[in-house]
Amino acid sequence: MTAPLLSIENVTKAYPGVVANSDVSFEITPGEVHALLGENGAGKSTLVKMIYGLVRPDSGAMRLNGGPFAPPTPNAARQAGIAMVFQHFSLFEALDVAENVALGMENPPRPRDLARRIREVSETYGLPLDPARRVGDLSAGERQRVEIIRCLLQDPKLLIMDEPTSVLTPQEVDILFQTLRKLSAEGTAILYISHKLEEIRALCDAATILRRGEVVATCDPREKSARELAELMVGATLAVPNRGGAVPGDVRLEVSGLTVAPANRFGTGLRDVAFEVRRGEVFGVGGVAGNGQEDLLAALSGEITAAPEAIRLDGVAVGHLGPNKRRSLGILAAPEERLGHAAAPDMSLIENALLTGEIREGLGRRGFLNWPAARRFADRIIEGFDVRTPGPAHAARSLSGGNLQKFVIGREILQRPDVLIVNQPTWGVDAAAAAAIRQALLNLAIEGAAIVVISQDLDEILEISDRFAALNEGRLTPPRPTQGLTMEEIGLMMGGAHDMEVAHVAE
Amino acid sequence: MDLSSIDPILLIAALIVAATPILLAAIGELVVEKAGVLNLGVEGMMITGAICGFAVAVETQNPALGFIGAALGGAALSLIFGFLTQYLLSNQVATGLALTLFGLGISALIGQAYIGVKPPITADLDIPLLSDVPVIGPILFQHNLMVYLSLGIVAGVWYLLKYTRVGLVLRAVGENHDAAHALGYKVVRIRMLAIAFGGACAGLGGAYLSLIRVPQWTEGMTAGAGWIALAIVVFASWKPWRVLLGAYLFGGITVLQLNLQAAGLKIPVEYLSMSPYLITILVLVIMSADRSRAALNAPAALGRPFHASS
Repeated sequence: MTAPLLSIENVTKAYPGVVANSDVSFEITPGEVHALLGENGAGKSTLVKMIYGLVRPDSGAMRLNGGPFAPPTPNAARQAGIAMVFQHFSLFEALDVAENVALGMENPPRPRDLARRIREVSETYGLPLDPARRVGDLSAGERQRVEIIRCLLQDPKLLIMDEPTSVLTPQEVDILFQTLRKLSAEGTAILYISHKLEEIRALCDAATILRRGEVVATCDPREKSARELAELMVGATLAVPNRGGAVPGDVRLEVSGLTVAPANRFGTGLRDVAFEVRRGEVFGVGGVAGNGQEDLLAALSGEITAAPEAIRLDGVAVGHLGPNKRRSLGILAAPEERLGHAAAPDMSLIENALLTGEIREGLGRRGFLNWPAARRFADRIIEGFDVRTPGPAHAARSLSGGNLQKFVIGREILQRPDVLIVNQPTWGVDAAAAAAIRQALLNLAIEGAAIVVISQDLDEILEISDRFAALNEGRLTPPRPTQGLTMEEIGLMMGGAHDMEVAHVAE
Repeated sequence: MDLSSIDPILLIAALIVAATPILLAAIGELVVEKAGVLNLGVEGMMITGAICGFAVAVETQNPALGFIGAALGGAALSLIFGFLTQYLLSNQVATGLALTLFGLGISALIGQAYIGVKPPITADLDIPLLSDVPVIGPILFQHNLMVYLSLGIVAGVWYLLKYTRVGLVLRAVGENHDAAHALGYKVVRIRMLAIAFGGACAGLGGAYLSLIRVPQWTEGMTAGAGWIALAIVVFASWKPWRVLLGAYLFGGITVLQLNLQAAGLKIPVEYLSMSPYLITILVLVIMSADRSRAALNAPAALGRPFHASS
């Protein structure tokens, strides 16, 4: 056993009303790939922010190479050899790659030398990048390479990666893992934060599992099954979704030749999208973020209108109708962004229930609102979907992500849709709530609705959908049955790795 | 009408004088906006600078001290804005508008004792040899120091933003303050410094009006120059040299329409008076007509409040 590189000793950090970390201890040795596992809100981010100097612990100590370590700022942490790749990219879209890299360095070399070094490092680790390109034009995978190279240029001793694979295709994940293994072989320790258990089992040497701010287990993830790890994270046994085995019936939703212009400047729009969803069927749409998912949801929900014949519900052309008309016909949608799109953050749950439920639940008449009925509808959602909130009069913003998502999905399901379109139904939701949401979607399908699930979580799509297609720059691949589909095939459908090459491991 | 009474050489020399106050205010605001802060109080900082500079110059009989006083006055006012918006997280638009009204009021208060007073004269530089060159001499080399200083500030801001690390950090803060904070840059401190610089520049611009261009103190003498400076920054797509172009264009048309009025052009005076505003905006709109590229240059975090949550 080598001496630890970094040891965390009894660290505690409390925020008003919540203890983010309570008496947390673990060690990382040089060259180790150490996983930090936990649900949202388990305290992973706070712990990492302390190591990176963004937050200071209330009590406890950290040691780096045996000496006391308490970085007051991220600069100090970087000087001590700690580098971090953030979950939400900390990049500047209007600046070019070299400028972004320079901003993350203590003493950047002159621009010309920096560009040369970026090329050198990117070739060594199989992460091709042009230093002169503007970051706003790069794909998600390329942006992550910018972050990684920014870290590597400083020869870090410890590399922290916060949920690095959520935006990558399976091929890109493979290449990332090869890069990380090469780094680890060179003696760099890696602290890998994720809740994707299979990845952790494939990559990591050790795992520390956090639940509600406390370390509940330290183990070797290769010796545990994903299910055991998940149950350690959640602290309860998880139910496997029940497919019910409904036989798909008639075609409910038929989309053909759907082409729309991008909704915003960074969107891709949709090009000639065609698919159909049958009664009782769950149709999964995968793809790397930013390939038209939001446009697809908007086009199906009616936020963007299209040619009348492009979308048909039970044979009736609805492509030209707006959201309210489609709602009254039975097409409902739950968009990805909970705060601001699916729900108005500062309005109460009653008001939010009313916003989409007015038409189908009869909550308004001749322009006047029926508040008692709206409150009853909100109460039904809260009760039926186990939304944890002090009451329906509280603002949507005050709910945790998982609870608000349960509310948003429940609100649409309780309106008995014929067709339901959901985008990222369990994004940022803890495992128990995610399982409940998936089961609710499956139950709805069993009752005869057609469901479109747009998601970047491939495991989720494979778990609940009957057929799968991938969005790639606004085009949809031909749908294929989910049964028997392998990760490699899905990766190819998603467009494979964008001009990535395998790290030159031999060097 | 007698157009021959307009001397092109004097016209160009005069347009530089007319444009300098707006140029100073605009280049200051450009730095502020590049740092991601929208300060609509330029008009108020200009007029505060005008009276502070005027008062200091009259009391000390030294125009150089006057300009320093103007810069300090403008910066002090802008720091009120900075404190309110950066530390107390007040709304930038509302606070900026309030700052303009406050500046107009406090300048009138300070200025009561100075109405009708003559300020000390700011000498023009008379650069030997160069100023005697025909045509170019009177246009370029017979101005006061502030004209050259304003051009120096434009060149300095351009160089700073484009080639230095300080400029890169400033742009980064204006682009994505959360990411800049995560990398360990002091967002609020950088913004406060930018705001103070913007205030100082606006103050200098105001003092140029009261000490050189007019030279006298009257209430509300900036007459919208701060607003045109704000517009120039936006329509110049946050590019320093385009700010220079916009300011000189505005100054040029202002001087030209005055000359045309004097020459007795048969167009109602009101139309001539509005022409500088219209034409400047029009030209800059056409230059930034390619919307997608202009939008790329806008600081993404402009006007958004920053609060370090962690």
